[in-house]
Amino acid sequence: MTGLAALIRRDIRIALRVGGGALIGVLFFLTVTVLMPFAIGPDLPLLTRLGPAILWLGALLASLLTLDRLFTADHEDGSLDLIVMGRTPLELACAAKALAHWLAAGVPLIVATPVLGLLLNLDASATSAVALTLLVGTPALTFTGMIGAALAVTLHRGGLLLAVLVLPLSIPVLIFGVAASQAAITGPLSFGTPFSILCALSLVSLVVGPFAAAASLRHGLD
Amino acid sequence: MTLIDLANPTKFLSLTARVLPWLAGATAILLLVGLYQAAMAPDDYQQGATVKIMFVHVPNAWLAMFVWGVMSLSALGTLVWRHPLADVAAKAAAPIGAAFTFLALVTGSLWGRPMWGTYWEWDARLTSVLILFLMYLGLMALWRAVDDPSRAARAAAVLTLVGAINLPIIKFSVDWWNTLHQPAAVLRMGGTSLDKAFLIPLLVMAVGFSLLFVTLHLAAMRNEILRRRVRSLQMMQASQQAA
Repeated sequence: MTGLAALIRRDIRIALRVGGGALIGVLFFLTVTVLMPFAIGPDLPLLTRLGPAILWLGALLASLLTLDRLFTADHEDGSLDLIVMGRTPLELACAAKALAHWLAAGVPLIVATPVLGLLLNLDASATSAVALTLLVGTPALTFTGMIGAALAVTLHRGGLLLAVLVLPLSIPVLIFGVAASQAAITGPLSFGTPFSILCALSLVSLVVGPFAAAASLRHGLD
Repeated sequence: MTLIDLANPTKFLSLTARVLPWLAGATAILLLVGLYQAAMAPDDYQQGATVKIMFVHVPNAWLAMFVWGVMSLSALGTLVWRHPLADVAAKAAAPIGAAFTFLALVTGSLWGRPMWGTYWEWDARLTSVLILFLMYLGLMALWRAVDDPSRAARAAAVLTLVGAINLPIIKFSVDWWNTLHQPAAVLRMGGTSLDKAFLIPLLVMAVGFSLLFVTLHLAAMRNEILRRRVRSLQMMQASQQAA
């Protein structure tokens, strides 16, 4: 247990340090969201309607951007080999790494949401609905994305391949995240149904992600 | 003859060389019979002649999922039993499966235009099949991104098994969500709801398309094995020249 706690603490510390790159995700999120009104035009009612979708898309792309760092740095300096050979089960270690990554790179996105909601003319209840769905949904993005990150690191190919592999898996999360936020803001459908499916997606990815990532690391590293 | 005997590629090649002409012939006959029956089938009282798209659309859609199932079994073969032909089977199946999925999407869209008034609708069944298509493409990209086949095989196997989660979602999407796409008519609780005049040609076409897949798949596996042989011969020659 202490080994896992140490791993989480180490990963968070590295991510927040200079060169860690966790905060680049937030900056990217901010930039994408600010770009949208330039593309759509400063039409406030339209922005209100599209707001949840823009925020979700921005968060999805921002989390994709930082996923590359989940294993690459550890692979380069050799600590990934130590983790694979260590006594802690690799599945648990992967889950701990993903949790640390979510705490360092995912939570800042959620914290930034209220500010960005203000820019998109969302009122308080709409912003909190989006933030709540992001809070529940971003773990699913991190844990499914971890599979792609593990595959990419064993193949020494990051970047575009990672995006191609991960994006189809994240479509359901996007669908139900936006559906739940829209339901909370405009109705008439109930908020509960898509929100429960979003929770279910997160829980499933919590189980599947570490096993798949551990399998690909175990079979792929040499 | 068990599965383990086929692990020897030479045995596999000689066996498939004998089987393939028969398979190809049976495929051609079944598809011809199926097409004739489909052309002779009565028009639907509501849909008119467009119902005949079904005889091509439904087998393609079934195979789109079936091929991913075959690839998932091969992925288990790669990861668990390390069967040497499993990754050849998985690699050869991916482009064929992508083609079936693409055809299912295209025929469905052509059928949707007269029936629903739109080529594309973001409905649960259509969206999940589109995701399947994207995952086929991603898998093919993964195979092409790595030059070492055994390494690529293991990575692709993990991704295939993860993608298999999509299969039950596609199958049950029409029951879980209230969609534009019609619910299952053939394989469903309480027996089929399809009339015999449509069911028999459909089943003939389905068997014909499945045989088509088996034929294409075996041929693609043979090509892949030969391609790997050529590659290793070239590597040997290159290392001899270097020495």
